[in-house]
Amino acid sequence: MNFIKQFAVAISALTVAFVTPVAAGTTHVAVAANFTEPSKEIAALFKARTGHEAVLIFGASGAFYTQITHEAPFEVFLSADSERPRLAVDNGYAVPDSLFTYAIGKLALWSRVVDVTKGEEALKTGAFSKLAIANPNSAPYGTAAIETLKALNLYDSFQSKIVQGSSIAQAFQFVDTKNAEVGFVALSQIINTTDGTRWLVPEKLYTPIRQDAVLLKRGANDAASKAFVEFLKGPEARAVIQKFGYGHD
Amino acid sequence: MFDNLPPDIWTPVRLTIELATITTLAVLVVATPLAWWLARSNAWYKETISTIVALPMVLPPTVLGFYLLVMLGPSGPGGAIANLWGARTLAFTFTGLVIASIFASMPFVVQPIRNAFVAVGERPMEVAATLRVSPWRAFWTVALPLASPGLLTGAVLGFAHTVGEFGVILMIGGNIPGKTRVMSTAIFDYVETMQWREANILAGGMVAFAFVVILSMTMLEKHFAGTRA
Repeated sequence: MNFIKQFAVAISALTVAFVTPVAAGTTHVAVAANFTEPSKEIAALFKARTGHEAVLIFGASGAFYTQITHEAPFEVFLSADSERPRLAVDNGYAVPDSLFTYAIGKLALWSRVVDVTKGEEALKTGAFSKLAIANPNSAPYGTAAIETLKALNLYDSFQSKIVQGSSIAQAFQFVDTKNAEVGFVALSQIINTTDGTRWLVPEKLYTPIRQDAVLLKRGANDAASKAFVEFLKGPEARAVIQKFGYGHD
Repeated sequence: MFDNLPPDIWTPVRLTIELATITTLAVLVVATPLAWWLARSNAWYKETISTIVALPMVLPPTVLGFYLLVMLGPSGPGGAIANLWGARTLAFTFTGLVIASIFASMPFVVQPIRNAFVAVGERPMEVAATLRVSPWRAFWTVALPLASPGLLTGAVLGFAHTVGEFGVILMIGGNIPGKTRVMSTAIFDYVETMQWREANILAGGMVAFAFVVILSMTMLEKHFAGTRA
């Protein structure tokens, strides 16, 4: 009996020893592809400040939404748009009052082959065979690219030049490998490179890309997930978001 | 069920059949002599070549897609070829998809044909030689007909694999309607954009197709086993 008692004490001591610091939890965050780099920095800061681990999953917002409606194991959703987080709330997959805009995306024209610093002129001369964009049906940066082309009255004549990546990451890849001479990418993707030439698309040419975040139902009662959403609103995260060329409210 | 469908829903179906047909024919032209050589050669590097051909069977489509994107592009041989007609890259073209699909489905075609040639053995060719038939003629009139079950299996597998190809095409296609937007990528798009009815129609078609392919393969094999016995 004595042995069992000692054993029980030892076990409970061990449990206390291991469990107490494990107030630190893990949250799974579905991150829109364009926000890949900043989210990595934010997750590192988040870990340093709170001890919580944010596991980041990158992809296209459209795909994430479909997965979320099918029980995907995500607790937080950082979309590239405002439509899908709102849909998630409307359809009961997310916590309504957790919805907020974490970043306002900026569209950029980028090329590693031709000079696009004078973007509008460069586009109008049309001295390129392929223009990469993200899929406008599933990626907001793709929609913004189409709006820009329409605003410049170039959309119809460019139909045959447009190639679509399944996400903005792939549009970037097409331009990066020079398979497409020019492409519309997220400013955040090229802010840390001096490669090629770029043109920041004037914001009057496209509807602002409001990127909304939402706490999903799975994370509604999870400390780490709630903490991550709060951290994303805080000054440290904001500084990172600004550094990558995003605007915010 | 088929009311109010987007008019472009059948374009990817047509494109997929075109891609699979052209790829299968092209692969057969390359795979048959290759399989013949693999079946009969004594070269020490034979299995090395065989392994390289088999690689796409094991590699994830992302690896294949990534290398193809670079190889087909302006810095790779694909760009050089595209230069011949003034283009810069073979990515985002139907030709590019055919090239990619040839690589991706090659192992599925080479293997059964090689096995068939091995099964035919040296003997029929030797007999043909004693009858003063030239090796070239003997290949066409003796070896090839005897190996036809393997050729058929290879063709069906190559066709089916190309129809089912997704990752590689997603990575090099650029999703251009009528050019590189095939069934598998169209389904991906429909799912991503919550057009589940359209996704269902195409995906259901794929399931039916796969069922028919596997069933007919099994029946064919039975048939050939029967005729031989």
